Amino acid sequence: MKNIPISAMIGLAFTALYFIIAIFAPLLAPYGMAEVVGDVWEPSSSQFWLGTDNIGRDLLSRMIYGGRTTIFIATAATILSFVTGSTLGFLAAVLGGWADQVMSRLVDLIMSIPTLISALVVLAMVPVTIPVLIIVMGLLDATRVYRLARAVAVDIAVMDYVEAAKLRGERQAWIIFREVLPNALSPLVAELGLRFIFMVLFVSTLSFLGLGVQPPLADWGGIVKENKDGIVYGIGAALYPAVAIATLAISVNLVADWVLNRTTSLKGGRG
Amino acid sequence: MSDTLLKVRDLKIGATVYPPGEKPHDIEIVHGVSFDLERGKVLGLIGESGAGKSTIGLASMAYGRGGVEITGGEVWVNGRDILKSPHGDIRKLRGGEVTYVSQSAAASFNPAKKIMDQVVEAAVEQKKFSRKEAERRARELFAKLGLPDPDNIGERYPHQVSGGQLQRCMTALALCPEPDLVVFDEPTTALDVTTQIDVLMAIKEAIADTGVGALYITHDLAVVAQVSDDIMVLRMGDMVEYGSTDQIINNPQEGYTQALVSVRSIEHEEKKPTPEPVLSVDGITARYKGLNFDVLHNVNVELHPGQTLAVVGESGSGKSTLARVITGLLPPRDGEITFAGRKLSPNLKGRNREDLRELQMIYQMADVAMNPRQTVGTIIGRPLEFYFGMRGAEKRKRIIELLDEIELGEKFMDRYPAELSGGQKQRVCIARSLAAKPKLIICDEVTSALDPLVADGILKLLLDLQKIEDVAYLFITHDLATVRAISDSIAVMYQGRVVRYGSKSEVLSPPFDDYTDLLLSSVPEMHLGWLEEVVAHRKMESAGN
Repeated sequence: MKNIPISAMIGLAFTALYFIIAIFAPLLAPYGMAEVVGDVWEPSSSQFWLGTDNIGRDLLSRMIYGGRTTIFIATAATILSFVTGSTLGFLAAVLGGWADQVMSRLVDLIMSIPTLISALVVLAMVPVTIPVLIIVMGLLDATRVYRLARAVAVDIAVMDYVEAAKLRGERQAWIIFREVLPNALSPLVAELGLRFIFMVLFVSTLSFLGLGVQPPLADWGGIVKENKDGIVYGIGAALYPAVAIATLAISVNLVADWVLNRTTSLKGGRG
Repeated sequence: MSDTLLKVRDLKIGATVYPPGEKPHDIEIVHGVSFDLERGKVLGLIGESGAGKSTIGLASMAYGRGGVEITGGEVWVNGRDILKSPHGDIRKLRGGEVTYVSQSAAASFNPAKKIMDQVVEAAVEQKKFSRKEAERRARELFAKLGLPDPDNIGERYPHQVSGGQLQRCMTALALCPEPDLVVFDEPTTALDVTTQIDVLMAIKEAIADTGVGALYITHDLAVVAQVSDDIMVLRMGDMVEYGSTDQIINNPQEGYTQALVSVRSIEHEEKKPTPEPVLSVDGITARYKGLNFDVLHNVNVELHPGQTLAVVGESGSGKSTLARVITGLLPPRDGEITFAGRKLSPNLKGRNREDLRELQMIYQMADVAMNPRQTVGTIIGRPLEFYFGMRGAEKRKRIIELLDEIELGEKFMDRYPAELSGGQKQRVCIARSLAAKPKLIICDEVTSALDPLVADGILKLLLDLQKIEDVAYLFITHDLATVRAISDSIAVMYQGRVVRYGSKSEVLSPPFDDYTDLLLSSVPEMHLGWLEEVVAHRKMESAGN
């Protein structure tokens, strides 16, 4: 742990901070999530550190609970997209032939429709709950992970050691999980950070458009939506969640860059 | 001006290494090498990989490749120390006074530009010749190097000429600006033996005609003996021996040089065929998916238990395809394979575990034949687990036995492939195939990627193991010296057909068919004047026809 560059250190610190706040939200928040405690859009004071929102709830508490929701949804969706995407991608690379063709063309088909549009269509038809949000986001994003996992695994699947395993008579599962997976892990881990950030942006966008997390549940995109009218009157309440999203995105990216540098041979393992 | 073209004094070259898990640090890769090269002479630099020979070659252009830095010493070209020259002078030097011929012409030419544009580029850029003069000169060089249709070949793109021709184009590129010194970095290593001989002769004549000085870098002592006046033997960045070619070949002083000269002196008594072959390949015809021609035509060979069949041929002759057919990776269009008395299913899926266990394979590139994320113990242990259900202490004991058999020992068990040398990697691959207790091992060019002395060790090991384990080898190679050293019977392949097949003594004694004759006479021999003898012999023959 001693050779961590300063940028990665900053990234790690902020990412850790956000996750700790998300986990311990009920202990850290000064007020309840949906509790109306003051006037509309009160400025920041010793009582309300960040002021109040458009109907008089404490903005700091909303931010803390909102972070919890946003980070939880993004994390769960990322895990879902990685598990499905990489398993199917490896399978396609190892099987090849028509199985690969069918899966890849299907993924192309889904990717040809902008992700946001397909998400909006699906969410407009089914009741929006958090599990539905996670599944829709996770599966749509799995197409990206599938592409990466397949591309990486195709290179590995032609290696002599994979052929040696086939000649030995190994099963498909051994080849995928013991021969291919350990060698494909580094680019996937690096991608994990980036995909997580896209998930944060995605869920925030959906909430901002009103098809994501439903009020009174707080989330960062929702807070922007609720307070956006205040900007006209010089009230910056909508900017706090924007800053939170930006800092989280930057810090996770700093960590992802560092992991990428450490694990790929693209830069000779330096940095 | 003195006659010394290149004077190197106490040259030291360093590099920064980045070992995983450690801090980057600097190491020295060439430790104070000195030599002189006179105008019009050729100095051969020879050594194994990592000896620093290419690095020294590039240093004569004041260049360090990929993080390599010249840390000390002097390099004098035409009477001035180029390491102290200003940057503008170095620009004039590179591609003007000193030029470079690399190992892989195919990777060095720009595929998007015509050959002529690339050949004349340096000469025009350096204002040595006008574009017109340079093109005329290039055409002369093409003719001198024996390229077909020298007036028009420059109009082709690099992919439109063969590998041997492209290597000669690259020599023309290096000679075009009338340099004083040419650095040849393994110019024939990537070529087939029959092509190598033409390129070698062309280079030798071009050097003699143009009167340039040359550094000739190679790992093959027999090749360097044909072209150079002096030879310098290098090892791990140190000079081992430096003398005239005659002295180095006929009277080497140092132990290491003596070993290099006497490499491939393994004697192997040919065994008599047994009544029951372990493998018989009958009338195999095969093609790859998407091709409309056969890669193998009616191949028939037999291999007897505990013996070695060498399959010899140039690249593209179908020898590796034969291995793929036998292993079941490429089902043949016609013909059948009988193995250990039973008929083998044409494709891999139809074979049972016993078939798979008894037929093992060793690959050319040991580093991609092992999963980089598995330890040596896991790699060797997996066949034990998979075929014999061994676990725990029993498995460990057998792994250690196998590691002892390949002369590595228990301490290698927890190492990863990246922590092994090339020869050690190949030994682990041998142990992995032996772990299955096979009746037949297919060895696909297993020594071609290794340095000569290391390859010798591997061949000796394979022969010893054959005596102990009574395993048969199907040995695929392009190297006839290896064939002589190891085989009991030989199949010579050419364009997908077996053109000559029989016991070693039959195949290697006259009368030869044309192709076998060409192949046999093309293998460089370790004595002076061999190249001229072969070329003169061929000229006589073609005049006779």
